[in-house]
This record gives sequence, structure tokens and C-alpha cells, in this order.
Amino acid sequence: MTEFLENLARLRRGPWEMVASILIGLGVVMLMQPFALQLFSWSLIVILAGTVMFMIVSHFPD
Amino acid sequence: MATNDTPLERIARATPDSLAGRVGGLGDRAIAWIFIAPTIVLLLAINIFPLIWTINLSFTNYRANRLTLGSEYVGLRNYERILTDPDIWHNMQVTAHFLFWTIFFQVLIGFALAWLINRNFRGNAFWTTVIVLPMMLSPAVVGNFWTFLYQPQIGLFNYVVSFFTGVDPASFQMIGSVRLAPWAIVIADTWMWTPFVMLICLAGLRSIPGYIYEAAEIDRASKWRQFWTITIPMVLPFLMLAVLFRGIENFKMFDLVVELTSGGPGSTTELASINLKREAFEKWRTGYSSAFAIILFVTVFGLANIYVKALNRVKSR
Repeated sequence: MTEFLENLARLRRGPWEMVASILIGLGVVMLMQPFALQLFSWSLIVILAGTVMFMIVSHFPD
Repeated sequence: MATNDTPLERIARATPDSLAGRVGGLGDRAIAWIFIAPTIVLLLAINIFPLIWTINLSFTNYRANRLTLGSEYVGLRNYERILTDPDIWHNMQVTAHFLFWTIFFQVLIGFALAWLINRNFRGNAFWTTVIVLPMMLSPAVVGNFWTFLYQPQIGLFNYVVSFFTGVDPASFQMIGSVRLAPWAIVIADTWMWTPFVMLICLAGLRSIPGYIYEAAEIDRASKWRQFWTITIPMVLPFLMLAVLFRGIENFKMFDLVVELTSGGPGSTTELASINLKREAFEKWRTGYSSAFAIILFVTVFGLANIYVKALNRVKSR
């Protein structure tokens, strides 16, 4: 966990890609969940944020 | 002519002087650009331009059936209406049900089939071909085919269920029932695409070197332990790929479900893509449907990013 946080702080590609992937996954779950319309409404923002983040962090060094 | 000429030398000699003079001044890079330019132009014309145009339309109230009225810029209103619409939310839940259960059954049955086919037995190649056949059919054909299978009076499916459960075959309708229709599309899609998952799993199983199992045998590991500590971890990246492939494909599913149920009864099997088609080409709300298409595109694009990451992980192994 400490190594993960260190790599995040050092702007390494791996952990940042994981964060972006989690954001995309969370957005997709929010888009399709049957529990709250409010979550559905915010899903696009979350997916978009994750996708843009993924595109940026994939240029970070390994 | 020297008989030991290289092909390049022969091509250079055969090029007319006028053409050789014109091309001679170009560098390798320029020639490479000349070769790929038609592809890039085609890609821009049929992929990038429509995408940019759709993004542009998604901010307007444009209607393709009322060209003379023109369109007005409405900002993010289309996106706001879609993301607060309970009907669209319902479509997404129907899509989620379809997505979850098709992937679940396809992975489960596909892996089991791959595990069985991976063994050496007589007729292995024949059975592989038979299993792979549904994947090669057109979704429209599969849709029609399953419509007949689900017929309560003459359909084979109802008779098979009746044979195993004792229920009267005419007493239930797979396509006409609100409760059963979502499962009818899951069954048809699973039948069609399980072979695809099986092939990916088979590639994963065949990539495991035999010496790992031999080492496990020497260490007296049981078959069960070998399965959980060797087979599953080594096939997992392939399984992940299969899940992502099918996830992205089923998120866009249209043809098979339209042929089978047309989204009915009511809207119980109305997937997001079916609603999108209705908004675009039945209600002619082009701006609104463009915004809806962009939302689906962003979702699939996001999932595709994860897919590329998983693919790179598999490649690096």
C-alpha cells in the first residue's frame, strides 16, 4: 500500500492507470445501477473524468 | 540481364525513366506518407468526421426529418434530459441485466467447454468445429432461428423445458412474458457467443507449459490444487480479455435482440441501443439521440481503455 502511494506521488504510470480504471469502472456501475437516479445522473461525469485521466496518465513514465 | 539481380534492382530497372525522375527526389518518409495518405483520408472521412459531427449535433435540437427548420444550440440540455430520464435509466438497467448474465454464462460455459476440448480425445477437431458454428452465423439468422425455437406451440425450446420439468409446453411464452423475455435474449446470446469465449480460453489453456503440471505432480499436488493454483491464474488474463470483449460488444447489442423481441414486451428487453435507434429514426430527435450516442460512446471508450491495459499486461507475460 505504501509503495502504491509512493508511486502515485512520484507520478508513475501503473498506479495512476489503476486509479483511472477504477474511476471508469465506478462510472459504469453508476450508469447501470438500479438504486438511485442521482448516481445515474453523475455517471457520465465520472466515466469522462476516468477516461480523460487514463489518456493523460498513460503518458507518465513506468 | 544479370541473373543474380535482387528483386529491388529488377523493379528499379523496370520503372519508366519519366516516373523514376519524379519519384527519385522524394525521401523514404515522403513515399511512406503517400502510401498511407489514402487510408488516413478514408479514416477521417468515415470515422473521425462523423464523430465530430455527432458531438456537434448533440448540443443542438436538430431534427433530421425537418431540414428546413434548421437547428438551435441548446448547450448541455440534451445530456441533462437523458441523464435525468427514468426511461433511459430503465434501459440502462435492462442493458446491465443482459450484460451481466450473458458474460456470466458465457465465461462459465465457455471455460468448461475449453477445458473439455483441451483434452486429447477422438473427434476433438470435429467437436470444436460443431461448437464454434453458432458464432459464424449472422445475428439476424440467430434471432429468427430462436424466435421459432421459442414458439409456445411448435418451438423446440418449450418442449425441452417440458421434458425436464414436466411443465406444459404451451403454458409459458419465453418472448411474450415480461418475466421470461429478458432471459430469452440472454439464452440466445449465450448460445451464439459462448464459442468465442471458449476459443479465447482454449488459447489460454494451450499456452500453459506442460512442465509446470509435471513439477506440480512431482510435488504431489492434487488435480484440484493444480486447477486452482496453475490453470486458473494462467488463464485469468485471457478470461479477462474475453469478458472485456464480450462486455463491449454486448453493451452495443442491437440486431439479435431486435430480431427476437424488438425490445418488448413493453420495454422489458429494450436495450440502450434499441432506444437510441427509436429516438434517432422513429421520433427523429437527432440532437437528443446524438447526445445519447455520445454517452454510450464515452462508456465504451472508457471500457476499451481498460481493455487495452489488460491486453498490454497479457502481452508482457
